[in-house]
Amino acid sequence: MLRLDALSKIYADGTEALQSVSLELGAGEIVALVGGSGCGKTTLLRLIAGLDTPSSGIIHVGSEEVRGPHAAVGIVFQEPRLLPWLTVAGNIGFGLEQLTTRERQSRIDHALDKVGLATYGGRWPRELSGGQQQRIAIARAFVTMPKVLLLDEPFSALDAFTRKSLHAHLLALWQETRPTILMVTHDVEEAITLADRVVVMRPHPGRLLETISVNQPRPRDVLAVGFDKVKRRTLHALDRSLQPEKQSAQAQGSDEFSHWW
Amino acid sequence: MSISKNQLIWIGFVVPVLLACVWEWAIGSGLVSGRLMPPPSVIFKTLQELAKSGELQLHCVATLARVGAGFALGALAGTLIGAIAGASPFIRHLIDPTLQALRAVPSIAWVPLFILWMGIFETSKVALIAVGVFFPVYLGVAGAIIAIDRKLIEVGRVFRLTRWAMIRRVMLPAVMPAWIIALRSGLGLGFMFVVAAEFMGASEGLGFLLVDGQQMGKPAQILGAILTFAILGKLTDALLVLLSRPLLAWQDTVRESL
Ligand SMILES: Nc1ncnc2c1ncn2[C@@H]1O[C@H](COP(=O)(O)OP(=O)(O)OP(=O)(O)O)[C@@H](O)[C@H]1O
Ligand SMILES: [Mg+2]
Repeated sequence: MLRLDALSKIYADGTEALQSVSLELGAGEIVALVGGSGCGKTTLLRLIAGLDTPSSGIIHVGSEEVRGPHAAVGIVFQEPRLLPWLTVAGNIGFGLEQLTTRERQSRIDHALDKVGLATYGGRWPRELSGGQQQRIAIARAFVTMPKVLLLDEPFSALDAFTRKSLHAHLLALWQETRPTILMVTHDVEEAITLADRVVVMRPHPGRLLETISVNQPRPRDVLAVGFDKVKRRTLHALDRSLQPEKQSAQAQGSDEFSHWW
Repeated sequence: MSISKNQLIWIGFVVPVLLACVWEWAIGSGLVSGRLMPPPSVIFKTLQELAKSGELQLHCVATLARVGAGFALGALAGTLIGAIAGASPFIRHLIDPTLQALRAVPSIAWVPLFILWMGIFETSKVALIAVGVFFPVYLGVAGAIIAIDRKLIEVGRVFRLTRWAMIRRVMLPAVMPAWIIALRSGLGLGFMFVVAAEFMGASEGLGFLLVDGQQMGKPAQILGAILTFAILGKLTDALLVLLSRPLLAWQDTVRESL
């Protein structure tokens, strides 16, 4: 569904943010992208969303090449980015102008219901908590029914409890239309809870280091033995991604922290 | 102690009423002479007489018409040129230094030139007011456009808005609060400039009442005209706020009108 071929990005100031990144995501697959700060995760999502152009390489969504913002690609940013002059309902329906009023309204209502904010449609964004705003941002991306959905650390500003409940809302929405999801996260547990595969990146320049299949039944149980095994592997890969190059990987017992930045 | 919003509006009258009472009392008790500083009662009587003869209305309408015409022209030009300068860095660098230099020219300095160009009648007066209104509106609009949050523009891009839809659905609402504030300060300057305009020779208008009061030695008329200016300025500003309120309903109400 989403195919990246040898993507590179060199910014105008010479920063080599990405070097030859290739990755393929199947339809309905959820892939989590983890890696140290500055390894090009946001850059990668912005290229796929068509907000920036790659220096070289090609992006395909389905059979179409991405050359700019694409109808089949949606994105949720790290901040909610709601438009303050639109109500909650207006924000969710922002990308649905071309629909009839009735159809738009029914999609908005349905999405509001799915994110557990059914009665909030008439409120202003400023009247919502940060977690509620982020739920609206996710709903806004889902209602246009994109085939590919990009999430850039959508929950990083939220506390652990809110985050857990948002995972459930995200999966509930995903169940309906099953978009392909590529999500960036700093939280290894979050990555393994949600994703089919975890891709570990390495900085300077940004490259893919390792892909780890999760292969656990949903809903995932953080306490399951299998979960823990995948988590160890991921943390191990992250350790290696942060070490200077050439130096071979030494196993370091760093299992205990899942926030490693 | 809790004060409701309505009570807070009335609280604004406490200071002027108190001042007026003290003033009235000071003159009434013979503490000070009221010859050059007539008491509120005399000012109100003067205003009443002017109103009865229909003169006050005539002067108010003349002044308001000038401010209205000048404001409309200045606000329109300021909005258009501000929008262009805000949207295009090239044009901004091209025209902004010149406009900033012109802005530094004191308003009265234009008077002789405008009289030479456009005569002593309405045209030159309206032009002067328009110049006064133009600058704050220009600055406000250009600044607001430059300051639009790039992150919100990106939201528009993600949803593939056309150029026109981007302007209508993102940029316009984003600059709306700053635009309203710019219009309000433009209106304030319009009232400032109308006095200068009416000083340059007018047979009607509140500025004429001021000049006439000075030449005829009628301090009550001068103070009456000043009071009328204050009231008209406040009322027109309130009207602008009222008209813009539905457009800004989404803003935090804590900041409400100032
Ligand atoms: N607009 C830009 N111009 C120049 N360099 C940039 C720009 N945006 C990002 N970079 C650089 O590109 C590299 C990758 O940045 P990016 O934002 O993609 O990292 P990230 O993986 O998302 O990091 P984080 O986890 O901190 O969000 C960094 O070195 C950054 O400094
Ligand atoms: Mg980032």
